[in-house]
Amino acid sequence: MSHNKVVLSVQDLSVNYLTQRGPLKAVSHASFDLHKGETLALMGESGCGKSTLNLALMRLLPGNARVPSGQIIYTRRDGSTVDVLKMGQDHLRRFRWSECSMVFQAALNSLNPVLRVRDMFYDTARAHGEHNQHKVRRRALDLFRKVRLDPERVFNAYPHELSGGMRQRVLIALALLLDPQIVILDEPTTAVDILTQRTIIDVLLSIKDELNFSIIFISHDLSVAAEMADTVGTMYAGEIVEIGPVNDMFYRPRHAYTLGLLEAIPRLSAGAEELTSIPGSPPDLVEPPSGCKFHVRCPFATDICAQEAPPLEAVGERHSAACWHADRVHAKALEFTGAES
Amino acid sequence: MSQPLVELRHVDRSFKQGRVMIPVLKDINLTIAPNEIVCLVGESGCGKTTTGKIIVGLLGQSAGDVLYQGRPVGDYRGKERAAYRRALQIVHQDPFASLNSAHTIGQILSYPLKRHKMVASRAELRRRIWELLTLVDLTPPGDVVNKYPHQLSGGQRQRVSIARALTVEPKLIVADEAVSMVDVSIRVSLLKMLHRLRDQLNVAIVFITHDLALAKYFAWEGRIGVMYLGRMVELGPTPEVIGNPAHPYTRALISAIPEADPEVTRHKQRMVLRSEDIPSLTEIPPGCAFHPRCPFYVPGVCDARVPPLGQAPGFRHDVACLPLTHGDGLREYRAPVSEEPG
Repeated sequence: MSHNKVVLSVQDLSVNYLTQRGPLKAVSHASFDLHKGETLALMGESGCGKSTLNLALMRLLPGNARVPSGQIIYTRRDGSTVDVLKMGQDHLRRFRWSECSMVFQAALNSLNPVLRVRDMFYDTARAHGEHNQHKVRRRALDLFRKVRLDPERVFNAYPHELSGGMRQRVLIALALLLDPQIVILDEPTTAVDILTQRTIIDVLLSIKDELNFSIIFISHDLSVAAEMADTVGTMYAGEIVEIGPVNDMFYRPRHAYTLGLLEAIPRLSAGAEELTSIPGSPPDLVEPPSGCKFHVRCPFATDICAQEAPPLEAVGERHSAACWHADRVHAKALEFTGAES
Repeated sequence: MSQPLVELRHVDRSFKQGRVMIPVLKDINLTIAPNEIVCLVGESGCGKTTTGKIIVGLLGQSAGDVLYQGRPVGDYRGKERAAYRRALQIVHQDPFASLNSAHTIGQILSYPLKRHKMVASRAELRRRIWELLTLVDLTPPGDVVNKYPHQLSGGQRQRVSIARALTVEPKLIVADEAVSMVDVSIRVSLLKMLHRLRDQLNVAIVFITHDLALAKYFAWEGRIGVMYLGRMVELGPTPEVIGNPAHPYTRALISAIPEADPEVTRHKQRMVLRSEDIPSLTEIPPGCAFHPRCPFYVPGVCDARVPPLGQAPGFRHDVACLPLTHGDGLREYRAPVSEEPG
């Protein structure tokens, strides 16, 4: 797949939360590029910083968060660029939703229960300067058809009249109302049933093809990433430890943590299988381990891992990993994926 | 086969909501043998948790019989009843809600031991708690006993829940979505621990989940029951149900699941349902509850009679689908275009 235009370029972004014990390094030195029409999936355990990273992209961090370093360069449709972190309130307000929108995790809670769906659409449009309700309505009904909802019924409904899967699709339509270039999805299919999840995935894939926006989505479900993503990034303890094209990440991973995740997830079509879990639990981010933060749980770890943090290095085309033992991981991964087929 | 541990016979269960009765379970038949693994899978609202609660006796049935070791559970009295209650335990989904946050892990484990007089002295109590914590891999136990639940991670808390279920030496544990709230990386270790406990302590496990891939992994040597709108639609040995699914609903689920393998998941044959809406439990369609969504719907058959769970030609396990049990096979339904039948 050829992506040329970069819409969002994150460079060396760090986010700390101020706590009583000192700064908690929720995101450290994250860098990645998001291209036009690309779907980027970020995966990792809970507490790995993937939600914080996404909140930072929209400047929605809570008051105790600090951004000590980094740039978030956004490219507008006209080609001009701007650093999201330096935007003034007025520009920021316009950036949110009309340039970059978000579908939050708990679909049940992110719709206002006392407003009809249509009022939420009207309000959103009005806040961004669109006062013509007919136009908004037309756009909304069109989006509802695209996400396979019964347009008239849903438009006039209250949230409680809709099922969980329908609400999730309403939120997707709402996120697309102002035709943003980027949509951030926070665990879009967690806590929904299998067939509902299938509908949401299908809807997202088809509507993305049609409207050609870029998606960043965070999920702890590797299988959804395998199906939807063009690029996959693995996060561990606030760092992007490996990032690359989806096939490279799933078949030829170079970081021990990515491999660990892959070995821990059951596959329906695989028959009887041997799975291994990653021992231990995620580290304390106020006082993270020295060197590679994963070394305490890593089966490949040697002395150097505890002493020095590995740099994120290119290991293939558009594929980079931060692991001292990328080659050994790679060899093991080929064994693992080869044994499967 | 030896005598089943728990047997549900034609169990119905309904709940009253205002003036409406909501039928949550209909005609569930299930036997669980000692030391067996049974997985119940299905979407939310299909009745799998209710079934689990009926199995352990936390909920009664509205109709039908629940038998424990061959006798109706209502017949147990006094000491026998206490033994029956002890034998069946449940591990709940949310380890944050199911442990009392004001009590230490040691206290949490000591209550059932004292209540059921499982220990004679304080020294024995302490030894037993140590033993239980070691059993669930919370080592060294000395580090854990005096901690409060909030000081433990989700996975560790779930281990405490399991240890608590084991305090009374049960014969069966119902694990209700016991690993769905812990991280992928830790899930497998919990499942492996449950497998080990099953071998070591000779318990049966009823594992309730909405994740078919997880069910497949966990119950590979056991059975899977697929539930839809309060009924069991397919029941059989796991490799059969997953490898050769019979019921259109099971096939739909298997075809819909994304897999952690980009090539496989992107080229999977998908089954298209006729409707995406799950009917409400108060308006369950007549006949087979799946017929309004089923692509293999046979008018006049599927909407006329409730399919019983039974043998079908070509399958070695039970399925509740009339076209299959009649031996007609599945044919794609084409809606009549212009003329109305009859």
